[in-house]
Amino acid sequence: MKSAVLVFPGINRERDMARALKLASGQESTMVWHAETALPKGTDLVVVPGGFSYGDYLRCGAIAARSPVMDAVRKFAADGGLVMGVCNGFQILCESGLLPGILMRNAKLKFLCHDVHLRVERSDTAFTRGYNAGQVIRVPIAHGEGNYTADAETLKRLEGDGCVLYRYCSPTGEVGDLHNINGAAASIAGIVSEKGNVLGMMPHPENHVEDIMGCTDGRGLFAGLVEHLERAA
Amino acid sequence: MKARVTVTLKNGILDPQGKAIEGALKSLGVDGIASVRQGKVFDIELNGADKAKAEEALKAAADKLLANTVIENYRVEVL
Repeated sequence: MKSAVLVFPGINRERDMARALKLASGQESTMVWHAETALPKGTDLVVVPGGFSYGDYLRCGAIAARSPVMDAVRKFAADGGLVMGVCNGFQILCESGLLPGILMRNAKLKFLCHDVHLRVERSDTAFTRGYNAGQVIRVPIAHGEGNYTADAETLKRLEGDGCVLYRYCSPTGEVGDLHNINGAAASIAGIVSEKGNVLGMMPHPENHVEDIMGCTDGRGLFAGLVEHLERAA
Repeated sequence: MKARVTVTLKNGILDPQGKAIEGALKSLGVDGIASVRQGKVFDIELNGADKAKAEEALKAAADKLLANTVIENYRVEVL
């Protein structure tokens, strides 16, 4: 799996992401600076990592989304390439038009930094192949703006097309206001594009991939991507 | 030429920051506050003196970057 990890000023999770990708695939990722106008040849997966690109100025992800490299990413995605954005990366993908909707300030205005439980809604996508549908995984979050919202029509379409892949839930998988940590519409933690090749999610699966991290529930996502690409090859 | 772009949240979009400010104003005893919505103001200086051109440029700026039209409206004024 040849992965490219985008680097914007203010991003700080790129090395965590590269480490998780290497653990799953055995291959080093290429770090791609935001001013580049092309992705490395043969890229299988583009990852937009978390952090605080441009200090969250204007709106989270707004300025990064207009970087030169994002034109290349849009083209890559239009050709069916796999793109994954985590946390600030999710915000950047929404701002760049690759995913619908937007991440608003958390409903209770607090920056939240702790583990959450996610229910995997389906297992037949490139980004969830490593899990079973309905499985509950535990991964960390660290965000102030993770409250996903979109207009009613878009939300209806996301649900109808099965584009919601991850939802905040209780440790036993119940979804509801009590477990919806940031107020996101329909407890949405992660969505995929209509074509199924662009994922955005607020939680950090890359931070739960090794025993020393206390949990390895994030591994499934990366292992699933590797498997997906091997099968496609 | 000076201009101002004002970006505001669309109706119906939850504005927790505005709500918190509203609560703070009420607790300060400021009378008559019904509700608060927070927005952004951009003061922009433009080269040239063509007003129509300036408005066009400002609209492009707002559409492309200053506002996210999923949740925000904007207003352009050449001052």
